[in-house]
Amino acid sequence: MATIAPPLPKPQTPSPGGSGDGFDRRDSGGDEGHGAGRPKSLPDRRYYTGMMLGLAAILMLFAAFTSAYVVRKGLSDDWQATAVPGILWLNSMVLLASSFTLEKARRWRQVQARFQGWWWATTGLGMIFLIGQIRAWQELVASGVYVNTNPSSSFFYLLTGAHAVHLLGGVMALLYLSWRVWRKNSGGLGATALGVTALYWHFMDGLWIYLFLLLLIGR
Amino acid sequence: MADAAQTSHAVHEAPTGFIRKWVFSTDHKVIGIQYFFLALFSVLLGMFLSIFIRFNLVWPGTEIPLLETFFPVGAPGGVMTPEFYLAFLTMHGTIMVFFVLTTAPQGGFGNYFLPIQIGADDMAFPTLNMLSFWLTFVALVVLLAAFFVTGGAPISGWTAYPPLSALGEIAGPGLGTGQTLWIVSIAIFCVAALLGALNFITTTIDMRTEGMTLMRMPLTVWSWFVTAILGLLAFGVLLAAGILLLMDRSAGTSFFIPGGLVVSDQIIDHKGGSPLLWQHLFWFFGHPEVYIAILPGMGVTSQLLSTFSRKPIFGYRAMVYALFGIGILGFMVWGHHMFMSGMSPYTAIFFSLMTTVIAVPSAIKTFNWLGTLWRGNVRLTTPMLFAVGFVSLFVTGGVSGLFLNQPSTDIYLHDTYFVVAHFHIIMGVAAIFGIFGGTYYWFSKMFGRQMSEFWGKVHFGFTFVGVYAIFTPMHFLGMAGNPRRYPELTGFDFLEPLASIHLFITIAAFITIASQLIFLINFFWSLFKGKKAEINPWQATTLEWEIPSPPPHDNFAGKLPVVYRGAYEYSVPGEPLDYTMQTAPNPPES
Repeated sequence: MATIAPPLPKPQTPSPGGSGDGFDRRDSGGDEGHGAGRPKSLPDRRYYTGMMLGLAAILMLFAAFTSAYVVRKGLSDDWQATAVPGILWLNSMVLLASSFTLEKARRWRQVQARFQGWWWATTGLGMIFLIGQIRAWQELVASGVYVNTNPSSSFFYLLTGAHAVHLLGGVMALLYLSWRVWRKNSGGLGATALGVTALYWHFMDGLWIYLFLLLLIGR
Repeated sequence: MADAAQTSHAVHEAPTGFIRKWVFSTDHKVIGIQYFFLALFSVLLGMFLSIFIRFNLVWPGTEIPLLETFFPVGAPGGVMTPEFYLAFLTMHGTIMVFFVLTTAPQGGFGNYFLPIQIGADDMAFPTLNMLSFWLTFVALVVLLAAFFVTGGAPISGWTAYPPLSALGEIAGPGLGTGQTLWIVSIAIFCVAALLGALNFITTTIDMRTEGMTLMRMPLTVWSWFVTAILGLLAFGVLLAAGILLLMDRSAGTSFFIPGGLVVSDQIIDHKGGSPLLWQHLFWFFGHPEVYIAILPGMGVTSQLLSTFSRKPIFGYRAMVYALFGIGILGFMVWGHHMFMSGMSPYTAIFFSLMTTVIAVPSAIKTFNWLGTLWRGNVRLTTPMLFAVGFVSLFVTGGVSGLFLNQPSTDIYLHDTYFVVAHFHIIMGVAAIFGIFGGTYYWFSKMFGRQMSEFWGKVHFGFTFVGVYAIFTPMHFLGMAGNPRRYPELTGFDFLEPLASIHLFITIAAFITIASQLIFLINFFWSLFKGKKAEINPWQATTLEWEIPSPPPHDNFAGKLPVVYRGAYEYSVPGEPLDYTMQTAPNPPES
């Protein structure tokens, strides 16, 4: 997983009406007792905290799925390994590449043209990944492997499906941020919005690698 | 620098329209009140169901015309069928655990007072907060819809053990659409709880005002914080289990359904699943859930005992560490719900041991509460009475836990009324006492008027004696072998001598439930006609007692407080009053 740059203190301009979409609220102050040596108030730290906690909750969801996977496999006499569709290798490359392009986009945050290119590349790669997942499911269905064929295939659909739903959320976030840039018609996005999105995206990337290995080796 | 941090508050303007102000509000105080009333509605409904449960146990076969009007299928001729009894039991448990015990202390009081007590003008993510509440509301609506679909509400208990919960209509009434709605409701609730937990933790970490160091936070804040951590780690697991169960029901998978089942003379087309897998996943959530229900009560109790003993809380740090101790250990004891599942005795010993160890932080808390009371200048106000009642119930319910955590005695007591008595006292009633204590304590701050102290004390008297009258005899029923979940007790020779005890419990329950009217009347009367509240009627030290009742939209009217001391500085020698506000500056050092 790529490393996440520390949040940069950035002046925030309150949006009229304070819509509460999360990114526009002002600093609450009061960072006393935290992070010695950092600026006194880091306006956007709460978004990092919140995202980390959200990822912890997602991690628990997939940890529970994993434990069910291990237990169900260990107990059963009806487990037949599901062959992993070849397209998933390609898909994994696509997702890894998207993390790379996202980091590139973050690096060119201040330069609109470059930023836009890398940003849309990331969004596109995310969509290609999702289409690839649909192809993988179609491939399985074509070979007669359905969600209820046997426990291994049930878990295959469950895990890839649950991940795809989360990644779809990531793609939506990327699109939403693009829309915000377009709406504001101003130079770039805040470091926080980018950083938090990147955190989620890279996590989904890492989670996919984990699930892929689980399905590949643990089947 | 401090000034800059304190005065930048113009953004958070108060909404003026009714919808934005009271319905889709992002103000944590309004959301807290919304949660509170959702829980109040739920607790009345849950209590209403328990009336029928107790009634049927003592007078089975009695015609209740009202029941037939609403439930012609479940109660033909006004007589409850056994399945209908189980449907009420399931809904009673689900409503009480999720929509009362999880919702009121955390979503209600936590939402309202956590930001104020740490000196913030709102939660870290106000919009997310609104979403949490409305998801909870939708979850409740979906759950209650189960009463009105074909087959009615599910009959598989609040724990929804498969295969009963996984097979669909064929396994019994309510297990078709009703059970599906139940699972969907709980899944939505999980998402709401996760978003709420995320918000609570972030707010506590990042939104504290200047000077509000961790070790100056009120113990209420600590308890909401630890509860949120438990919720964040536990609800994801329940969500996962719910998704698997839903797939077993509608996608034909076999995660939980074993092979070779014959139900209603039909062979079930599933194989290889493990019902025990559900139990592991469920109780990995379910045991922390017990602490999610009661930890906020512990926080409130600590707050009240200190305030009304006019003494600092005894062993503040130990109280904080004990909260974390209980929280961490709570994740390692789920197996004690499964001693009867055929688990290895060695595994059982591990779970038994871990469960026993929870007695250590629990005892630390109890002795510190007693230490706080010891030689204090005790003021027996209504909230104080409920706090003392909490300690009593916590000890009583805790002691019966020691019998249940031994696998050898649990084998006998499992699934008897002993268990019913145990969890009702510790998880249900103790937590409810925490909620009552909080209500009487904070009512004036929330609504700007005072509740009647006299009627509060009368309410306490009836409730305290009442709950002991209901649940103490249940221990004896359990020891006599009376099983839980039986809709009626006639026709079993060994249960016949116990009939009079059941009658006593039912009468006690009816009186206790009726006495809750005292609370309701006091509550709603005070809401409109109560005496106008002062800013600090209890002479307490925490931040919410420095601002008007009810507080302005952004809590501190644009100027965040600066905190100089801990939350429990009562009777400090040399101070002019017997309480020193957290914002009182330190005297210049001489």
